Amino acid sequence: MFEQWIENAANFHKRRSGFQKGSVFNPTGYSQEVPPNRNPIVSEKILPSEKKKMDLCPLVKNILLLDSEGKRVAVKYYSDDWPTNSAKEAFEKAVFTKTQKTSARNEAEITMFDNYVVVYKFVQDLHFFVTGGENENEIILASVLQGFFDAVGLILRGSVDKREVLENLDLIFLCLDEIVDGGIVLETDADVIAGKVASHSMDDGAPFSEQTITQALATARERLTRSLLT
Amino acid sequence: MAQPLVKKDDDRDEEADYSPFLGIEKGAVLQEARVFNDPQLDPRRCSQVITKLLYLLNQGESFTKVEATEVFFSVTKLFQSKDIGLRRMVYVMIKELSPSADEVIIVTSSLMKDMTSKTDMYRANAIRVLCRITDGTLLTQIERYLKQAIVDKNPVVASAALVSGIHLLQTNPEIVKRWSNEVQEAVQSRAALVQFHALALLHQIRQKDRLAVNKLVSSLTRGSARSPLAQCLLIRYTSQVIRESANNTQTGDRPFYDFLEGCLRHKAEMVIFEAARAITELNGVTSRELTPAITVLQLFLSSSKPVLRFAAVRTLNKVAMTHPTAVTNCNIDMESLISDQNRSIATLAITTLLKTGNESSVDRLMKQITNFMSDIADEFKIVVVEAIRSLCLKFPLKHRSLMNFLSNILREEGGFEYKKAIVDSIVILIRDIPEAKETGLLHLCEFIEDCEFTYLSTQILHFLGIEGPKTSDPSKYIRYIYNRVHLENATVRAGAVSTLAKFGAMVDGLKPRIFVLLRRCLFDTDDEVRDRATLYLNTLGGDGAVVETGADVKEFLFGSLDIPLVNLENSLKNYEASEKPFDINSVPKEVKTQPLTEKKAPGKKPTGLGAPPPGPPTTVDAYEKLLSSIPQFAKFGKLFKSSAPVELTEAETEYAVSVVKHIFDGHVVFQYNCTNTVPEQLLENVTVIVDASEAEEFAEVASKPLRSLPYDSPGQTFVAFEKPDGVPAVGKFSNMLRFIVKEVDPSTGEAEEDGVEDEYQLEDLEVVAADYILKVGVSNFRNAWESMGADFERVDEYGLGPRDSLAEAVNAVIDLLGMQPCEGTEAVPPNSRSHTCLLSGVYIGNVKVLVRLQFGLDGPKEVAMKLAVRSEDEIVSDAIHEIVASG
Repeated sequence: MFEQWIENAANFHKRRSGFQKGSVFNPTGYSQEVPPNRNPIVSEKILPSEKKKMDLCPLVKNILLLDSEGKRVAVKYYSDDWPTNSAKEAFEKAVFTKTQKTSARNEAEITMFDNYVVVYKFVQDLHFFVTGGENENEIILASVLQGFFDAVGLILRGSVDKREVLENLDLIFLCLDEIVDGGIVLETDADVIAGKVASHSMDDGAPFSEQTITQALATARERLTRSLLT
Repeated sequence: MAQPLVKKDDDRDEEADYSPFLGIEKGAVLQEARVFNDPQLDPRRCSQVITKLLYLLNQGESFTKVEATEVFFSVTKLFQSKDIGLRRMVYVMIKELSPSADEVIIVTSSLMKDMTSKTDMYRANAIRVLCRITDGTLLTQIERYLKQAIVDKNPVVASAALVSGIHLLQTNPEIVKRWSNEVQEAVQSRAALVQFHALALLHQIRQKDRLAVNKLVSSLTRGSARSPLAQCLLIRYTSQVIRESANNTQTGDRPFYDFLEGCLRHKAEMVIFEAARAITELNGVTSRELTPAITVLQLFLSSSKPVLRFAAVRTLNKVAMTHPTAVTNCNIDMESLISDQNRSIATLAITTLLKTGNESSVDRLMKQITNFMSDIADEFKIVVVEAIRSLCLKFPLKHRSLMNFLSNILREEGGFEYKKAIVDSIVILIRDIPEAKETGLLHLCEFIEDCEFTYLSTQILHFLGIEGPKTSDPSKYIRYIYNRVHLENATVRAGAVSTLAKFGAMVDGLKPRIFVLLRRCLFDTDDEVRDRATLYLNTLGGDGAVVETGADVKEFLFGSLDIPLVNLENSLKNYEASEKPFDINSVPKEVKTQPLTEKKAPGKKPTGLGAPPPGPPTTVDAYEKLLSSIPQFAKFGKLFKSSAPVELTEAETEYAVSVVKHIFDGHVVFQYNCTNTVPEQLLENVTVIVDASEAEEFAEVASKPLRSLPYDSPGQTFVAFEKPDGVPAVGKFSNMLRFIVKEVDPSTGEAEEDGVEDEYQLEDLEVVAADYILKVGVSNFRNAWESMGADFERVDEYGLGPRDSLAEAVNAVIDLLGMQPCEGTEAVPPNSRSHTCLLSGVYIGNVKVLVRLQFGLDGPKEVAMKLAVRSEDEIVSDAIHEIVASG
C-alpha cells in the first residue's frame, strides 16, 4: 500500500491522462491530488505498521489476582496502556464489577470491554484475570490463565485462598515472573511453572505434582516450623 | 531468630480480613531492609523483607529516587548469599526497581557471573534481568554469552535469551540482528516453547524483508510437530504473506491455503481457532474456502467451555457481516446460545442471528430477544438495537413489528446512550421507510411526553418540525409539542416554540391556532423562549392575517446552517465587539476532513439526528490571517479556499518545498513553504519563478520573496496571480526556486559575506477544478436533494474502465471533485457489486452543488458510473460534468 502510493506520487505528474464521456480511462494516471497524508514525517507513518507487525506475537497485557472485594492481591502489568497506578486501579475496578456477578468457578469465563478481552476464573475468595488486546486469540489467553491458576494450586497444595496466597506471596510473585516476560508468554504448563518456582535448583527437574512423599513431608515440616516460629 | 512478618492476634482464625501484611508501612519496611547489610546474612529474613518491599510496590506504593537507590544498593549485597530462594527474589526485586544506568554497573559483574554459572536457573534468570536493565554499551560485552545461551541445551535458558532478544530488538536492532544464525538453529529445537520464542524473534529480525519472510513461511509450513503457540504464530505469519501477495491470486488457488486448512485438524484448540479465524479474514474469501472454517467454529459453539463458545461466536459474528449465508448453517446452535449464562456470548449470538436471519424468522427472533433484553447491560442493548435497525432496513416489510419493539424498549429503563441509540434508529427508519413514518413519529411523540434527557427531547422536537407538517394529519402532533412548552425546562421549551413555528409555516390550516399558542409563549419566564416566540410571530405575520408563507421565511426556518459549527464558533470567538456587526458570510465554510478518525470508525452509520460531525479546528483561519497581513494580497477580498499542501520536492532533498493554493474570487495565491535542510548553508532572497505559459488565463501580479532561510527553520514565499473573476480557470505552472546561497561555518554558525546565486528545479503545480469546490456537508442529503429541485439537474453516464476495486473508483471520483461525502457513503462495503455515493459542496461564487454517483461493476473489473448533479445554476451543473469528463 505504502510503496504503491509513493509510486503514484512520483508518477502522477507524468502520467496524467483523462477519461472521456463514455470511454475507458487510464486507471493509473488518474490520481490528481497528492494523497492527503503526504505531510507527516515518513517515520511517523511507518510506526503504526511496525506496531502491527509486533502485534503478530500473542501478547498478554496484564495478569491480575484480586480478592473477593476487588482489592489487589498480586498484579503484573506488561503494557503501557495503564501508565499510572490510578489507571491500573480503575481498570481493576471495572474488570471486577463487570465479572463479579458471574460464576467462573468450574470453567474459565470470558468477557470483552474497552477493546480488551479478559478471561477469568474464580476460586474461594480469589479472582484470577488475564487480559489481552481485542484481537488476541481468546484460547491463548485462556491457556495462560489456566497455567497461572493451576500453578498457584500446585504451589499452595490445593488450599487456594487469599490468606494462603498472602502467606506465600513470594512464591506467587515468582510464579508471575515465570509465566510471562514483558507480555510474551514464557510458559503455560502449570507443572513446569510450579516446578521452577518451588525447586531450589532446576537440576532435580521432577514435575512438582509428582514429588515424592518424603519431599512433600519435608516441605510440610518446614512450613510447620515456620508457622510455629511466627 | 526469625521475627514474625507482623504481629498477630491469637484469635486471627476468626478474623476474616486477616493478612500477614496488615498494618504494613513503607518507612518501617525500609528500616527493616537494613538487614541486607548484616555481615551474617539471614536468607529467610531477607526473603521476607524483599517480599514486603515487592508487596508495597505491587499495591501501588512508590519509592522516592533516594529510597529506591538505597534499597537497590543494599539488595546488591545479597549476591553474597548462596541461598537459591533468596537469589530468585533478588532477581525479581532488581527488575522491579529498574535501576538507572550508573546503578546498573554495580550489579553487572554479579549478574554476568550468574550468567556463566553452572546452575541453569541462575543462567536463565540472570539473562532476563541483565537484558531488562542493560543499555547498548553493555550489550556488546555480553553478546557472546547471549548467543551461546540461545542454543543452550536447557530450554529455559534458551527461551530466556530469545525472549530477551525480542525485547532488545526494539532498542538495539543492529546487535540482535547479528544473532540470526543461532536463532535459526533454535527454531529447529525440540523444546516446544524455545521453538515458539525463536520463531517470534526470527520473524521480527526479518520482518522488513518480505522475501525472507516468504521463504521462512514456506519452509516452515512444510514441517510439522510444533508447539501450539509456535503453530499459531506461523498461521499469523502465513496470513500476512497471503495478504501481501494478494495481487496474484487470479488463478483461484490461494498460496498456503492448504496449510491453513490443515491446521483446522490440529489437536490443539488454539491452533484450530487461529486457523479458522485466519481463513475467515482472508481478503475476498470464497464460500468454498470458508466452509471448513465455519464447520469447526460451529463445533466450538456447543463446547462446554465459555471461552471457546465466545471465540467462535465472535468470529462468526464478523463473518456474518460479509458472508451472511455462510453462517446460516450455524443458526440452530446460535439460537441455543441466546440463553447462554455468559451475556457477552448471548449478545453476540443475537446480533449474529439478526444479521443472518431471513424475513420469515424475524418475528420469532423478536420474541426471543424481548425476553433477553431485560437482563443485559446497556452496552449490550445498544449493540442489539443497532442490529435491529439494520435488519429493519434489510426487510422494510417487517417495519411494524420492529418499530413496535423499538418503541417498547424505549419506554423501559435505560441510560442516555441506550435511549439515544433507540431514538437514532427510529429516526433512520422513518427517513428510509416511508410507510413507517407516521407510527414512528407517534412513538417519538409519546417518548418525549416522559423523557428525562433534554438533548433527546430537543432533537426529537427538531425532527418533528421537519417531518410532522408533511404527514396526513399534522394537527395531531401539536398537542405533544405544546405540552412541552408547559412542562419542560427552558431549552426544551425554546425547541418546542421553534417546532410550533415550523408547523405554522407549512400548514396554513393550522396557522391561526399556532399563533394563539405562540402568543401565549410571549409570557414565558425565559428570555430565549420569549425571543423565539416574538421572532416567529413576526416572520410568520402573526398579526392575525393568514397569508402564504414566503419562500425566504421557509428558507429561514428550514434551511440548514451551511457552515460547520466549529468554524462558526471560532469566528465568534475571534469577533471583537464593535460597531461593525458580525458577518456570517465571513465564516469559512470548508469542512476539514479527518482521515484518521474516519478510519477508526469504519462503517459507522450516520445518525439521523443533529448536525454533521464537527470537524477539527481548521487552519483556514490561520491562512486568512496570514494572507491579510501581507499588504499586496489584502485587497483580494475573502479567501474562498486553501488547498492541502502539495509537495514539490522529493523527500530528503536539500530543500523541501510544498505549496498551498489559496483561491480568491479573482486571484490565486501560491504559498510556497520552504525548508533548508543543509546545515552549512544560509539562503537569502528566496523566490519562486513561476512559468505560467501553460495557464493562459492567469497573469502574475505580485510576489513576496523570503529574505532569509536559515537551516531547519521553515519560511514562506508567495506568488499571486490574477484570473478572470469567478471563473474556475485551470492550468499548469512550472516552478523554479531561485536564491542566493551563502556558506555557513558549522562551528560558529556565522555565514560568509558573499553568496552565489543559484536555482533549484521544483515539480510542476496544477490548479484543477476541485480547487474551486468547497467541501461543505449537508445533514440530510435527501431533503437537500429534493429541495434543490430538478431544474438544473444534469445526468450522464461514464465508463471508468478497469479498476482494482469499486472503492478505489469511488475514492478517485471523490478526490477529483473535491466534494464532501455525505452520510458515510464514501465507504464501500467489501465485495459489493454496486454503490451509491452522495457528495455535496459549494462551487466558487457560492453556488450549492449536490452530486449523486451510482457505481456499478460491469464485467469483471470494468466500472461504470452514473453521475447526477443538481445545483442552483445550470452552468455549474454542466461544469461538474465537464470536470469528470476531462478528469
